[in-house]
Amino acid sequence: MSAEVRRVDASELAAREVPETEAEVDLAVDLAGIHLDNPITTASGCFASGREVDRFYDITELGAIVVKSITREPRQGLPTPRMAETPAGMLNAIGLQNPGVEAWLEHDLPWLAERGAKVIASIAGTTPDDFRHVARALRRQPGIVALEVNLSCPNVSHRGLVFACSGPDSAEVISAVHREAEVPVLAKLTADVTDLPGVAEQVVAAGADGLTLINTLLGMAIDPDTGHPELANTYGGLSGPAIRPVAVRAVHQVHQALPDVPIIGCGGVREVGDVIQFVRAGASAVAVGTSTFVDPFVGQHLIGGLRRWLGERGFASIAELRGAVQPW
Amino acid sequence: MVSPAGNVEGRRDADTPVRAQCEVLTRRREGVYWHLSFSAREIAERARPGQFVNLAVDAPGTLLRRPFSIAKVSSKGPYAGTIDVVFDAHGPGTRWLTTVEPHDVLDVIGPLGTPFPLPQRKVPCLLVGGGYGTAPLLFLADVLTRKGLRTDMIVGAATRERLFDIIEAKRSSASVTLTTEDGSAGTQGRVTDVLDRVATASRTGVVYACGPNPMLAAVSERCRELGLPVQVAVEERMACGIGVCFTCVLPMHTADGSVRMVRSCLEGPVLDGARVAWEQTGVGGTSVAIPPAATSAAATSAADAQRRARERELWGER
Ligand SMILES: Cc1cc2nc3c(=O)[nH]c(=O)nc-3n(C[C@H](O)[C@H](O)[C@H](O)COP(=O)(O)OP(=O)(O)OC[C@H]3O[C@@H](n4cnc5c(N)ncnc54)[C@H](O)[C@@H]3O)c2cc1C
Ligand SMILES: Cc1cc2nc3c(=O)[nH]c(=O)nc-3n(C[C@H](O)[C@H](O)[C@H](O)COP(=O)(O)O)c2cc1C
Ligand code: FES
Repeated sequence: MSAEVRRVDASELAAREVPETEAEVDLAVDLAGIHLDNPITTASGCFASGREVDRFYDITELGAIVVKSITREPRQGLPTPRMAETPAGMLNAIGLQNPGVEAWLEHDLPWLAERGAKVIASIAGTTPDDFRHVARALRRQPGIVALEVNLSCPNVSHRGLVFACSGPDSAEVISAVHREAEVPVLAKLTADVTDLPGVAEQVVAAGADGLTLINTLLGMAIDPDTGHPELANTYGGLSGPAIRPVAVRAVHQVHQALPDVPIIGCGGVREVGDVIQFVRAGASAVAVGTSTFVDPFVGQHLIGGLRRWLGERGFASIAELRGAVQPW
Repeated sequence: MVSPAGNVEGRRDADTPVRAQCEVLTRRREGVYWHLSFSAREIAERARPGQFVNLAVDAPGTLLRRPFSIAKVSSKGPYAGTIDVVFDAHGPGTRWLTTVEPHDVLDVIGPLGTPFPLPQRKVPCLLVGGGYGTAPLLFLADVLTRKGLRTDMIVGAATRERLFDIIEAKRSSASVTLTTEDGSAGTQGRVTDVLDRVATASRTGVVYACGPNPMLAAVSERCRELGLPVQVAVEERMACGIGVCFTCVLPMHTADGSVRMVRSCLEGPVLDGARVAWEQTGVGGTSVAIPPAATSAAATSAADAQRRARERELWGER
């Protein structure tokens, strides 16, 4: 099914109900049946479990909180150095350091649930059964409104190639999770593939209720003097403004192919204009990652900024901009 | 977009960090180092020795903030509410900082990380600084002295030029011992070469250290041999400085005998030097290997349990 690009012409603009004040702008969005007060969420692995940023502001102001990926067993992660700064971005190789699902349920989730946060639990593993196990452990837990499946994990039965690079491998994980889950399942994909819409179609057919696009892009940096890779792991994931155009393209491409599938857009979001780009490309919500490292308040700023941006231009809601790309 | 100076965001609870737009007061050379002073009342009110600030830099190609130890806080007089940092200019971020001018506005987050714990008993304190790591120890010496505690200092560096502010060190401490690796000032050698002697002479009860990680590893090892409690302020690459990214980890021995990777921006930068698994950090280089999950016999020994009990009593509840 091919998407029709929505044209917004002058008459439509004139007919639109113009909100009187910014406060009347409706930021609420629907994400695979979940109501979010606003479209600003956090990118997995860039917000720990929420408490750290809550020292700065009330994190329940965010539409939802996507937590750091959780695995079946605790993980110590990779050796350091784990990060290197690159032009307009950074490389990281953390290796999914996390306390494991049991400890996470005991120590991290109760705080988020008590605060009333909408939690999207990110899950990771190295076999479909790992993912299934974590999904099962997360059933009927307070505060969890959706699962996000981090498919950028090395698949042990495939020479460590990440699941997200293969449509059938990704689909196998998603159907394993889908069978256990009682909340919507979002598949998080990488743009490091030749046919992203193809992979997206396969995970949706396997039961994904929505998609998160994109995870980091694989990269490498070498110290020219010493010859050492900048990361102990040699390769790492590139994030930040440097990857934003790739992420916007990915969202647009997939939205064109699957216009009914909700998408969380992710990659280099820093300013209100970036959020608008992702929404116009077809995202229902956005996730903010690396920008939080530079500005812990970025999520809060984006919510206020979005309201102003829409109000000043006479839009009554953010939802009406979804997919609104003007063809040349 | 730069917000105007004075703009402060945050919860402003007594113990939460804030983000502040800070007016630069002075920027000057101090030997081979640079000294930067800016007005940051909300940060100064909360800051304790050992904590750090994360500065946004506007150098081409940079994205992330740069962390710096708090070298001084002025709470009285015409400069009330100011924070000082001392830095070594070597990369794009620190070189950019050498170009800021008075009245420029810096975007600062702080105070971040753990402070040095203060002893609950009146014990003489030995402060061991390497290079610019001496700067935050002068802030600590000030606080200890005001509590009525004796402080002694060992100040080390590669060369005479890299010794930091000896005059200030002499003003605040009962004794100052200098070491340089090339022998251009003080004793030729490293801080650990004089540590036993100074600790004995001054009846040291606790040791604090700040400097390059290899120095901290060596000081921690000497203190372990001498049976002295030791608190160190570490330096690791930090993408966020606020505990959300897990790039800044160090291996720490836990009470149950295992090793855990802790975030040095949140559970540190001040750590118990005796508990850092230095043997698993690539001291000398910058790499940290991932520890095996297996229990380490040394960490669970009765002696270790005794040490922990003694230190709980020394530092009080934390
Ligand atoms: C808690 C803490 C306190 C510090 N206090 C001081 C201080 O008081 N004075 C001072 O001169 N320096 C201090 N440093 C080191 C200082 O942060 C680095 O020198 C600075 O970030 C280098 O930035 P650059 O752009 O000039 O160098 P580059 O080498 O180009 O930086 C590239 C990246 O590596 C990181 N990096 C480089 N060197 C270090 C280092 N030694 N430690 C941590 N990260 C590093 C940078 O933050 C940046 O992300 C401290 C570091 C930490 C973690
Ligand atoms: C330090 C760091 C850790 C990350 N950890 C995870 C993770 O655990 N799970 C995951 O799905 N994505 C992880 N990501 C990827 C982000 O969620 C996000 O997809 C990516 O960084 C792009 O967004 P950004 O440019 O806004 O950071 C991580 C990214 C960074 C920078
Ligand atoms: S620097 Fe990000 S967790 Fe410490």
